[in-house]
Amino acid sequence: MRLPNSLRTGPDERGHFGQFGGRYVAETLMPLILDLERHYEAAKADPSFAAQFDDLLEHYVGRPSPLYFAERMTEELGGAKIYFKRDELNHTGAHKINNCIGQILLAMRMGKTRIIAETGAGQHGVATATVAARFGLPCTIFMGARDIERQQPNVFRMKLLGADVHSVESGSRTLKDAMNEALRYWVANVHDTFYIIGTAAGPHPYPELVRDFQSVIGREARQQILQREGRLPDLLVAAIGGGSNAIGLFHPFLDDASVQMLGVEAAGHGLDKDHAASLAGGSPGVLHGNKTYLLQDEDGQITEAHSISAGLDYPGIGPEHSWLHEIGRVRYESATDTEALEAFKLLCRLEGIIPALEPSHAIAAVMRVAPKMAKDEIIVANLCGRGDKDIFTVAEALGVTI
Amino acid sequence: MTRLSSAFSKGRPVIAAFVTGGDPTPGDTPAILDALVAGGADVIELGMPFTDPMADGPAIQLGNLRSLGAGTTTADLFEIAKGFRLRHPDVPLVLMGYANPMIRRGSEWFAVQCTKAGVDGVICVDLPPEEDEDLGPALRASGIDLIRLATPTTDALRLPVVLDGASGFIYYVSVAGITGLQQATSDSIADAVARLKAATSLPIVVGFGIRTPEQAANVSTVADGVAVGTAIVELVGEYGAKAVGPVRDYVASLRRAMDAASKENVA
Repeated sequence: MRLPNSLRTGPDERGHFGQFGGRYVAETLMPLILDLERHYEAAKADPSFAAQFDDLLEHYVGRPSPLYFAERMTEELGGAKIYFKRDELNHTGAHKINNCIGQILLAMRMGKTRIIAETGAGQHGVATATVAARFGLPCTIFMGARDIERQQPNVFRMKLLGADVHSVESGSRTLKDAMNEALRYWVANVHDTFYIIGTAAGPHPYPELVRDFQSVIGREARQQILQREGRLPDLLVAAIGGGSNAIGLFHPFLDDASVQMLGVEAAGHGLDKDHAASLAGGSPGVLHGNKTYLLQDEDGQITEAHSISAGLDYPGIGPEHSWLHEIGRVRYESATDTEALEAFKLLCRLEGIIPALEPSHAIAAVMRVAPKMAKDEIIVANLCGRGDKDIFTVAEALGVTI
Repeated sequence: MTRLSSAFSKGRPVIAAFVTGGDPTPGDTPAILDALVAGGADVIELGMPFTDPMADGPAIQLGNLRSLGAGTTTADLFEIAKGFRLRHPDVPLVLMGYANPMIRRGSEWFAVQCTKAGVDGVICVDLPPEEDEDLGPALRASGIDLIRLATPTTDALRLPVVLDGASGFIYYVSVAGITGLQQATSDSIADAVARLKAATSLPIVVGFGIRTPEQAANVSTVADGVAVGTAIVELVGEYGAKAVGPVRDYVASLRRAMDAASKENVA
C-alpha cells in the first residue's frame, strides 16, 4: 500500500509506478523475475546483506564520494552555490559500480553462477566485469557492434578483467540491441545465469533494486550538504539516459518539498532532429520489460536515439522517472551535444575535472539555471562519471586529431 | 463454435504456421498465407513485425527487419488480415507479436481493428497475465482469444495464473529460449503436455524448435497441434517473393508426416 505523503514508497506490489513499470517479459522469464523479487525482498530484510554491501562500497569502491564545492564555477556563473557529488572518483570511474556490487551479491545469494550484462559506452560492462572478477564468476557482456567500434578502450578493459565480450550484430547494433540480445541469452540460460541490468529500467524488480543500490549517492549527498551548509539544497541536477544516477541522487530527497529536482536528457543534435530525450520527444510504450516513455513512431516501432554521449544513447527511460515526470515532482529538460561539449570544456578549465559526457549534460543545465538563482541558494549536481573514456569522442567533435 | 475451436475439432492435429507479415514486402504476404493454407496449415499465425523482437532467434529477427525495411505498417497488417478473411472464411487467423505495436493506439483501438479484419486470436509474447488487464478484456469483449503461453519454467505454482482467463488454445513454448535454435526432447514435451492437459481442457499447441516433418509428427502424437515458424521464415528469406512454392511444399511435408503418424497411432 502506498503511504500518504510519501513519494518514496513505490513501486506497488506489482512493480508499477503509476501507469509505468511492470513486468512485460516472455513467460519463460516470469518465474525467474518473481524469484528475483522474492530474493530481493529477503535480502532487504537481512542486515548481513546491507553490511556486506556497505563494506564493499567503503573499501572496494571508495565511498563515500566527496561532495565538492565548485568555487570557481560558482564565481563564473555568478548565481547559486554549486556542489558536485563526485561519483566519478569511484573505482572504475562512474556510479555504475554501486549497482553492480549490489546485484552480484544478490546473484550469489540466489546461487547463480554466471553473470551477463548489456553495455552501451562500456562503463556498465566494465563495472560488471570488475565485480565478476572480484567474485570469480564467469561473465559475458553484450555490446552492439557499432559501440564496440567506437569504445575500443573499454572493450579491452572488459577483456583484461576476464569478461567475454559478445558483439551484437542485430538491429541498430547499439545499446538497445545489446539489451535485446542479453534478454535472449538470459531466456535460454535462466537456470544458472544472473542478468545485471545497468540502469533503473527493465522488468520489476530491476528499476527498484537498481534505484535502491544507487540511492547511496543521494543519502551521502543529503548528509554531506547538511554538514557543510546546515540545510538541504534548493536544486538537484543529474543527467538522464536510463536514469540510474539521477534516481540515485533524487530518491532520498523526494519527500523534501523544498528541494527541486532537474533531470537532463540528451537532446543530441536538437529536439527537432536526432536526439535521445524520451520524455521530451517520446510517448508511453513497452520495451525491455517495462512501460515507460519511449522514442517510437506512430506504429510503436522503436526509433533510434542519438547522443554524443554513448551512455545516454538509449530510446527509453527508467519508469520511475516517467512517473515523476507525470506527477510533476521532477522537472525534466535537455541539453544538446554542443551544450554538453561547452560544459565539458568549462569544467576542465575552471575546476580541473574532466567529466564524462553524460554528466556534462547535467553541467550544461547548471550553467543555464545557476545564474538565475540567488547567491545563497544551493545546487547539488551529480558528477556521475569521469571523462577519460570520452577523450577520443571529444577530440573528434572539436576537430582535433590525437 | 469459433473458427479456432472448429480447427481443433477436425480430428487431426493442427499445424499452426507462422510467417512475419510484410516479409519481404506487404504485397508478397497474401500469396504466402495462401500457400500455408494450401500446404495444409489449419491455423495461420501472422507475425506483426517489431524493431526489437526479444524472444526471436536470428531467422525471425531478419524477417522482422525485412518487413520493416519494406515499410510495413500496422495498417498494412490489418489489410493483409482482411484480405485473408475474404479468401479463407473458415481458416482461423491469429496475430502474433510484441506488446508495443499492439497497444500503441490503445487496447480498444487494437481490438476494434482485429474485429474488423476478422482476426480470431492474438498472441502477445511479452505480455504475461499480470500485465494484460487492458488488452485482455478489450479482446475478450470483442470475442477474440488472447492466447496464453506456457513454458518449461512455468511451474505448478504459476500454471493457474497462466490458465486463468486463457482461451483459444495454450501455446506451449517447448524450450526455455528463443525461436528457432534448440529443440526439446519428445519425452519432455510429452510430460509437459500431460501436465497441461491435467489442468485445462483447452487444446495444446507446441512450438519453438519444431522444424522437420519427423519432429512435427512426433510432437503431434502427444499434442493437439504444432507451431512452426522459423523454417517458414527462412524459406521466405531465401526465396523472397518466390517463396510461395517452397512454403507450400514445406507445410505439405509436415502435413504428410503428421497424417501418417496419426494413422499409425490409431492402428
